[in-house]
Amino acid sequence: MLPTSRRRRASLVALALGSSLALAACGGGGFEEDGSDEPASSGDGPVTLEVLIGSSGDAETKAVEDAAAAWAEESGNEVEVIVANDLAQQLSQGFAGGNPPDLFYVDAGVFGDYAEAGNLYPYLDQMADADDFYPNLVDSFTLDDEAYCAPKDFSTLALEINTASWKKAGLTDADIPTTWDELQAVAKKLTTADQAGLVLGIGRDRVGAFLVQNGGFWVDGESGEATATESANAEALEYVQGMLEGGEAVLAPDVDAGWGGEAFGTQKAAMTIEGNWIRGAMENDYPDVDYTVAELPEGPAGKGTLLFTQCWGIAAESENQEAAVSFVEAMTTPEQQLINADAFGVMPSREAAQADYVEQFPEDAPFIAGGDYGQGPVNLPGLGPVVADLDSQLEQLKSADVTTILESFQKNAEAELQ
Amino acid sequence: MSKPRSIRRGQALAGWTFVSPTLVVLGLFLVVPVLMALWVSFTDWNGRGSPFAPGIGFVGADNYRELVGEQGGLTRSDFMTSLRNNFFYVLLVVPLQTAFALFLALVLNQRMLRAVGFFRTAFYFPSVVSSVAISLVFLFLFSGGGVINSMLDAIGVDGPTWFNDSRGLLHLVGDGLGLWNASDPPGALADNGVLGLTWWQWLAGPSVALSVIIMLVIWTTAGTFMLMFLAALQDLPLEVEEAARIDGAGSWGVFRNVTLPHLKPTMLLVTTLGLIGTWQVFDQVYVMTQGGPGKSTLTPAYLSYSYAFDNQKWGIAAAMAFVLFLIIFAMTSLQRFLFRDKDAIATKRAEKRSKRDRARVTAGGAA
Repeated sequence: MLPTSRRRRASLVALALGSSLALAACGGGGFEEDGSDEPASSGDGPVTLEVLIGSSGDAETKAVEDAAAAWAEESGNEVEVIVANDLAQQLSQGFAGGNPPDLFYVDAGVFGDYAEAGNLYPYLDQMADADDFYPNLVDSFTLDDEAYCAPKDFSTLALEINTASWKKAGLTDADIPTTWDELQAVAKKLTTADQAGLVLGIGRDRVGAFLVQNGGFWVDGESGEATATESANAEALEYVQGMLEGGEAVLAPDVDAGWGGEAFGTQKAAMTIEGNWIRGAMENDYPDVDYTVAELPEGPAGKGTLLFTQCWGIAAESENQEAAVSFVEAMTTPEQQLINADAFGVMPSREAAQADYVEQFPEDAPFIAGGDYGQGPVNLPGLGPVVADLDSQLEQLKSADVTTILESFQKNAEAELQ
Repeated sequence: MSKPRSIRRGQALAGWTFVSPTLVVLGLFLVVPVLMALWVSFTDWNGRGSPFAPGIGFVGADNYRELVGEQGGLTRSDFMTSLRNNFFYVLLVVPLQTAFALFLALVLNQRMLRAVGFFRTAFYFPSVVSSVAISLVFLFLFSGGGVINSMLDAIGVDGPTWFNDSRGLLHLVGDGLGLWNASDPPGALADNGVLGLTWWQWLAGPSVALSVIIMLVIWTTAGTFMLMFLAALQDLPLEVEEAARIDGAGSWGVFRNVTLPHLKPTMLLVTTLGLIGTWQVFDQVYVMTQGGPGKSTLTPAYLSYSYAFDNQKWGIAAAMAFVLFLIIFAMTSLQRFLFRDKDAIATKRAEKRSKRDRARVTAGGAA
């Protein structure tokens, strides 16, 4: 009996040795030199760029592919555009495996995490005309005073108004709200038995606009500190809460809608606050609803809206960084941005394109105006779960205690940021 | 100590050669990844490059402390919320799906039933349809103005907004019975708590949104388990049942004393698979709710995914996965213990005892 058990033990030892060898092999992936920071030269010959995009649809995919092909032709390089099914997951695999795509979309909301982990190559200072991007957009991609990547395009929030309901309530163009009091007043006038005055999507990405209008915000991106407990924020949330309590405003789930645009399109509300993406939804799903767009009303501290943006990230591990920067330059020229705007309804991130854009899409002027005074999303690293928790608490904004929400965000964010 | 050359000498080598492909595959795709994840759960790896590269900080049990310890803060309350949700989910899904599957199997096992093939396919159908497709269908069925609410409306019931409703069922039931006021919870429960949640939060029960997922999962998985029960039922010899009937057992008696004991091994299999599967629920949450509303459908598997892929907190995510593994392991062991064959154990003990006695007698005889 003894030899058997000894032999078994020997095999177990062999197995353990084998596994640890395999583990060690996985560890020695050959990228232990910690990614040298100077860009690898690409002047030696044509390179192949791998571009991973999170596309909004066929129109966007085609626009990017066409532009990429044009750049490839001109520069003599090759580009492979890959449409991600799950951008975050596919990027994570690339980062962990040490072979991420050369270029990819980075949302402002996750930018901080990627930059902090060292996944991004900061290149904005190498770009021609880098100071032509909206400063607020560049701020969204700045960590510790270093601007990393070029904003691809952006969206802002504005106020959409159902024309028929507006007329029915006896309101005219002169009544378009420019202050908080006016907004509440018209919302009250527009509220009927089966239509709320104003519908808001849930979460920080909608009510946050009121915080900005009151001179506050959840965090201060520059100092990297949480600022939720400042009184401006509580006042803004209380203003929204007051409208919810009064019934002139509702949250989208309360009227059984997934987002503000759905409630607005199905005419469950006469006004909503959404971004320029609502254009496509209205055109495709609710073509019969006429509406106008106005800038968000000013708060006590002036104009304010929220910006949503993505940038062209270049991987720190990429071997073709020089070519990648040239690719980004080609993708962000004012001309290319106007083509994109036409193809899939995004707004150019360059101020030089603003005039042409307004000329081409005059009805979008209220959206693009927000580029000058909008506030980007919370982009400090590590705050993902904290803002998710904030969103979850804001679902109950109507009945919740505003101070409790803000204090709990402050506490959680401080614990993460220290 | 030279031993005679055994004729079986070459056999061990041959044996190892034959099993080595399996061992290599298992090792490469199971053992190694699990060990790597275990290592990650003790580091602050941020997802860049290899977790074994130099410079990756070893943080000991910090990630685990973050999940259960005082300093955990939001991470701990997220994790505890997900465990609470999943606990209520398991508590409802496992017994209900087992009972439902058994019921379906018994129906199909009726000798009088016509068109057995049709019903078997119909009952099994939800199990073979992709869970993503079924989840999408449920999203439509249970939307606020969807089919279910229209039907409820027709009989005069004002249905909830299902996937937007984060109220806990126990809270609602207690409110309905007048035990408490759900909008103003009793201070004894709401002001005290353990592990980052108040007692009031612990006792919420599954939310309305989670109960839709519970219904969906029971409906989809019952088919698979029905097949297992059906196979076992068809193993039961007709003669045994007839003998019981001749002995005077009614249908309930036959079911209680003949059929159920016969199904015991299958029952263990079904509940074990059910338990493991329900603690790992992920796709329905990923497709339908992403943990919302109000975190009431958050589960450890989804939370771990979200911490890793959305938030680059890989160490904590890996630690969550291992805590979940420990929970599943403990629950399954407990279940095996409860289902153990007491007769077999008694027989084995008796055998051992008699062997010992015999040995003692022999030894005594020799002395």
